[in-house]
Amino acid sequence: MVFCRKAPRLGATLWIETPMTQAKPVLRTEAVTRVYRTGSVEVHALRGVTMGLDEGEMVVLLGASGSGKSTLLNILGALDLPSTGRVFFRDRELTRASDRELTQFRREHVGFVFQFYNLMPALTARENVALVTEISENPMRPEEALERVGLGHRLDHFPAELSGGEQQRVAIARAIAKRPELLLCDEPTGALDSQTGITVLEALQQVNRDLGTATAIITHNAGIRKIAHRVIYLADGQIAREEINETPIPPSEVTW
Amino acid sequence: MVAALDRKLLRDLLRLWAQVLAIAMVLACGVMVLVLANGTRASLDLSRQSYYEDQRFADIFATLTRAPETLLPEIAAIPGVARIAPRIESAAIVDLPKMAEPVSAQVISLPASGAPVLNAPLLRAGRMPSPLKAGEVALYAPFAETHGLMPGDRFDAVIEGQRRTLTVTGHLLSPEHIYTIGPGAMMPDDSRFGVIWMGQEALAAAADMDGAFNAISLSLTRGAREEAVIDALDHLLAPYGGAGASGRDGQISHAFLQSELEQLGAMALVIPPIFLAVSAFLVNMVLGRLIALERQQIGLLKAVGYTTRSIGWHYLKLSLGIGAIGIVIGWVAGIELGRAMTRLYTDFFRLPVLIYAPSAWPFVLSAALAMLTVVAGAWRAVGASVRLPPAVAMSPPAPPSFRRGMTDRIGAALGLRQTTMMILRGVTRWPGRAAITLFGVAASISVLIASYFTFDAMALMVDEIFFRANRQHVTLILSQSQTEAVLEDAAHLPGVLMAEGTYSLPVRLIAGPKEELTSLTAHKPDATLSRLIDSDSQPVTMPAHGVVLPEGLAAKLGLSPGDMLRVEALAPPRETWDLPLSATIRQTVGQEAYMSAPALYALMRRAPQVNRIHLRVDAAQYPALFEAAKSTPQIAGITVWTAIRTQFEATINENLTISTVIYAALGMLITLGVIYNAARIQLSERAHELASLRVLGFRRSEVGYVLIGELIGLTFLAIPLGWLAGYGFAALVTQAFTTDIVSLPLVVSRATYTKASLIVLATAIGAALLVRRRLDHIDIVQALKARD
Ligand SMILES: Nc1ncnc2c1ncn2[C@@H]1O[C@H](COP(=O)(O)OP(=O)(O)OP(=O)(O)O)[C@@H](O)[C@H]1O
Ligand SMILES: [Mg+2]
Repeated sequence: MVFCRKAPRLGATLWIETPMTQAKPVLRTEAVTRVYRTGSVEVHALRGVTMGLDEGEMVVLLGASGSGKSTLLNILGALDLPSTGRVFFRDRELTRASDRELTQFRREHVGFVFQFYNLMPALTARENVALVTEISENPMRPEEALERVGLGHRLDHFPAELSGGEQQRVAIARAIAKRPELLLCDEPTGALDSQTGITVLEALQQVNRDLGTATAIITHNAGIRKIAHRVIYLADGQIAREEINETPIPPSEVTW
Repeated sequence: MVAALDRKLLRDLLRLWAQVLAIAMVLACGVMVLVLANGTRASLDLSRQSYYEDQRFADIFATLTRAPETLLPEIAAIPGVARIAPRIESAAIVDLPKMAEPVSAQVISLPASGAPVLNAPLLRAGRMPSPLKAGEVALYAPFAETHGLMPGDRFDAVIEGQRRTLTVTGHLLSPEHIYTIGPGAMMPDDSRFGVIWMGQEALAAAADMDGAFNAISLSLTRGAREEAVIDALDHLLAPYGGAGASGRDGQISHAFLQSELEQLGAMALVIPPIFLAVSAFLVNMVLGRLIALERQQIGLLKAVGYTTRSIGWHYLKLSLGIGAIGIVIGWVAGIELGRAMTRLYTDFFRLPVLIYAPSAWPFVLSAALAMLTVVAGAWRAVGASVRLPPAVAMSPPAPPSFRRGMTDRIGAALGLRQTTMMILRGVTRWPGRAAITLFGVAASISVLIASYFTFDAMALMVDEIFFRANRQHVTLILSQSQTEAVLEDAAHLPGVLMAEGTYSLPVRLIAGPKEELTSLTAHKPDATLSRLIDSDSQPVTMPAHGVVLPEGLAAKLGLSPGDMLRVEALAPPRETWDLPLSATIRQTVGQEAYMSAPALYALMRRAPQVNRIHLRVDAAQYPALFEAAKSTPQIAGITVWTAIRTQFEATINENLTISTVIYAALGMLITLGVIYNAARIQLSERAHELASLRVLGFRRSEVGYVLIGELIGLTFLAIPLGWLAGYGFAALVTQAFTTDIVSLPLVVSRATYTKASLIVLATAIGAALLVRRRLDHIDIVQALKARD
C-alpha cells in the first residue's frame, strides 16, 4: 500500500467560505479497541471507538486521566496499532499497512505536538524545523513556519535557550512545516502557564484556520473545548458523548 | 543477608552484561598478555636455567685451528677461569639413503673418560658411545628421531675426507644445542643438520688432532670479569689460529633463546598498557553514563541517609566487578595460550623438560594492574557524581548546552542535513568521548598492522634473500680454503651451469669501545650469483675500497659510512687494518662484513682464495650433483637454497599464522569494546531523541544513521591515526625481533594498511549494528511518555 502523496487539499480561503457541511473525514476509526497486557493483567484502554476527523476540523478530546485519550491519539497518528478494529486515512486502511508504510504516512501527512516538546537539543529552532522540511515534499521554509508561531526572532536559539512556551511553539512549527493534513496534539499546554498556553493555542488555531489542517487536541482543561469545532468526551475507553460547537472562540477568551 | 545496595549491584552487572563483558574482554586481553608473556618467559627461563646448571653450560667459547694440549695448563691458569673443557670439533656430510641431498652435521668429541667437564650432553635414549670403539657415535636426538636412526642402526658419513660407517649408540640433547641451526640456514631444520658425538681418540685420529684440540669452552669463577678472560684467552690462542672467543651472547643457541625471552619481555611491556588504557576509558564512559542515569536514585539514597562514601563504594564495586570478570577471563585465556605457546616452543627449543609452570607473580601483577585500571577509570565518574548534594542529584540533569561555532559554519557551507548536524554537534559537545573512540579504534588498527606487517617483512626477506641476493641454487662449503683453480673442478660437477667462488675469514670489528665477531667476505665486483643489495632491494656496486656492513651491524657498532673502523683478522695473516666504512647494505639474515675481493687480497698479500662456491645448477641433475658432493672430501657442507626457502616459508606460515590470528582477535576486541559501549551509551542517552525522530516519520535506517553515524565517522577518522601508530608499532616489533642472525625489515605494504582498516571498519560496523538492532525494540510511545 502506498499513500498518495498528492492528497486533495482544499484551499484555505475556499474552506473558510464553506465550513463543515462539505467536509469529508480525513481519518476515521471503526470499533477500535486497545488492550495492554502486562503480565497476567489486561488493561482495556479503548473499548470500541468509532470516530472521524474531518478536513479542516479542530477537535478537542476530553476525559479523565486513564480514559484512553493518549492511546486513541497514538493510534490515529499510527504510532500504535489497535488490538481490533480498523483505522482509515482517506481510503487507505492503516491497520493493514506495514511498519514502513506507517512511517511513510507519518512522514507525509501527520504532525505531532506533545506535552514535552521533544525537540532535538543539538539543533537550533530553525534546524529543528529543517529536520522535518528536509524530508518533506512541499514544505514551507523553516523561517516561515517559525514566523507563523511568532518565533521569527528566535531562529538560531537552541532549545535549552528557549522558554517552555517557545519550545512548544517550535514543536508546533516543526509539526506544521510540512503542511500536514493532520495535526495531533497531546496536552500541548500541559506544561505551560495560562498566558503561554494561550499563545500556543493561538498558534494551533491559526494553523488550523489558515492551512485547513485537521487538528485533534487532548487537554485536561475543559475551558479549551470552546476553541474547537467539536468536543469528544472519552470515558473508560469509550466515547461518552460529543458536542458540536457552532461558534468557536479565540483562545484569548478561554477561561483557564 | 545481602545488603540492598549489593543486590542492586548484582542486578546492574546482569542488566548491563553485554557492556560489562565488552569491557571485561578488553581488560582480559591485557591480563592475558601479561600472564601469557611473563608466564611463558618464566617457564622457559626456569627450564633453561636448571638445564644449564645440571649440564654445566660453559661461559666462554672459542675455536681455533689446532693447539697442543700442553697449552691447557696456561689456559686453566687465567685468573677467573673455573674449569676448562677442550675438545675437537669437525664437520661431516651424512649420507642418508632417504635424503637425496647431503646432510651436514657438526662432529664433537667426547672425552676419553667420563662426561665432558662442561656442556655435558644429556642421554635421552640408548647409551653413550664407548671411547674404545671407533665406529660408535651418539646423535642429536631430534636429528636421529627425524631420520629414524635408532640405537644399533648404522649410517655412512664423510668426516675429514674419509667415508666411514658409524653405529648409533644413543640419542643426546645438549645445552649448547637448545636451538640448532645449520651453516647457511635461517631456521632449525632437523632433517638437514645434526650433531654427532664421537670418542675423542677416534675423532683425533680422523682429524689429525692427536694430543691437540681445536675448540675449548671455559666456565668462570664467581665474580670473574668475562672480557678480561676472553682477552687473555684470545691472547693465548692467537698463535694457534684462535678465531676469537666469545661469551654466551655469542653462542647461537643461547643468543636465540635469549632473544626469544627478551621478545616475550617486550610483549609484556608494550601490549598490556594499550588494553588497560582502553579499558580504563571504557569503565569511565560506562560508569559515567550509569551514574548520570541514576542521579535521582543517588539523591534518594543520600536523602535517606546513606553516606557519600558508601554510595561511592557501591559504584566502585561495580567497576571492581568488571575488573574481576576481566581478570578471570584473562587468566584462563593466558594459561591456555601459555600452554599452547609452550608446546610450540618445544618444537624450536630442545629442552629436556619444558612445561608451562607459571609462578604466582604474573597473576598477582596482572590482577593488581587490572584492578588499578578499573578504579582509575571509575574514579572521576564516581567522584564527581557522589559529591552532588541530594537536592541537585534529585533534579534531572540540566539539558546539555550546545553552542554555536565552527560546526554551524561548516554545516551551513556544506548544506548538511540536520541529522548530520546532530551527529556533528554530538562530537563537538562531548569531545572527550569522541577522543576515546578515536584512540581505541586507532589502537586496534595499529595492533593489526603491527601483526600483519610481519608477513610483508617476511615476503620482502624471501624476495631479497632468495631472488635478489642469493641467486645461486647451491652453495658448497669447503673444508679448507683453496686456490681459484678449485672453481674449474666445481664447474665440472654434474649439472653445474655456473660456479662462483668467495672467500671469507673470521674477523673482529672494533669501533671505539664496541667490538663484534663476524666474518669478512671477499666480494668480487663482478659477482652475479651472490649479490649485495641496498635498502631499496637494489644490487649494490661494490666500492673499490673500504668495508661494507649490513645496516644492523653498522648501527650496533655505532658507525655510519665514512667512519673508520679497525678490522682484526682472526686467521692468517692475523693482521689488524684500519679501514673506512664505505657503504651499508641490507642483510636480513646473517650479519657479515664485505670487502671488494681485490682490495682484501691486496691487504692480505695473498693470491685469491675460495672457501665457498656458489653454483647454478640444472634442476634435473640435482641427484647426480648431491651424489658427487657426498663423495668429494673437500666439501664440508652444502646449502640447498630452494630447500631452505621451502622450509622458511613453511615455518613462517605455521607460526606467523597462529600469532596473527591471536593479534587480529586482540585488535578486533578493542574496536568491539569501544564501539559497542559507545553505541550503547548513545542509545541510552538519545533514546528519547531517536524515538522522536521515528514519530516525525524518519525511517529506521535514517534513525540508525543518527545513532551510529558518529561512531562510523569517527572510525574513518581513526584510520589514518591507526596507520601512523601502526607504523611506529611495527618499528618496535622489528627491533624486538632483530637478532644477530635475523633482522626484520620495516616494510608495511598497502595491502596491510588496507586489510587492517577493513577489518576494523567491519568490526566497528558489526558492533554498531548490534546496538542498532535494539533500536527496533524501542517503544516509540513509551519513550515519549517520560521526559527522560
Ligand atoms: N504501555 C502501557 N501498558 C499498560 N497499560 C497502559 C499502557 N499505556 C497506557 N496504559 C493504560 O491504558 C489506559 C489508558 O491510558 P492513556 O495513556 O490512553 O490515558 P489518558 O487518557 O491519556 O490519561 P492521561 O490523561 O493521564 O494522560 C490507562 O489505564 C493506562 O494505565
Ligand atoms: Mg495521556
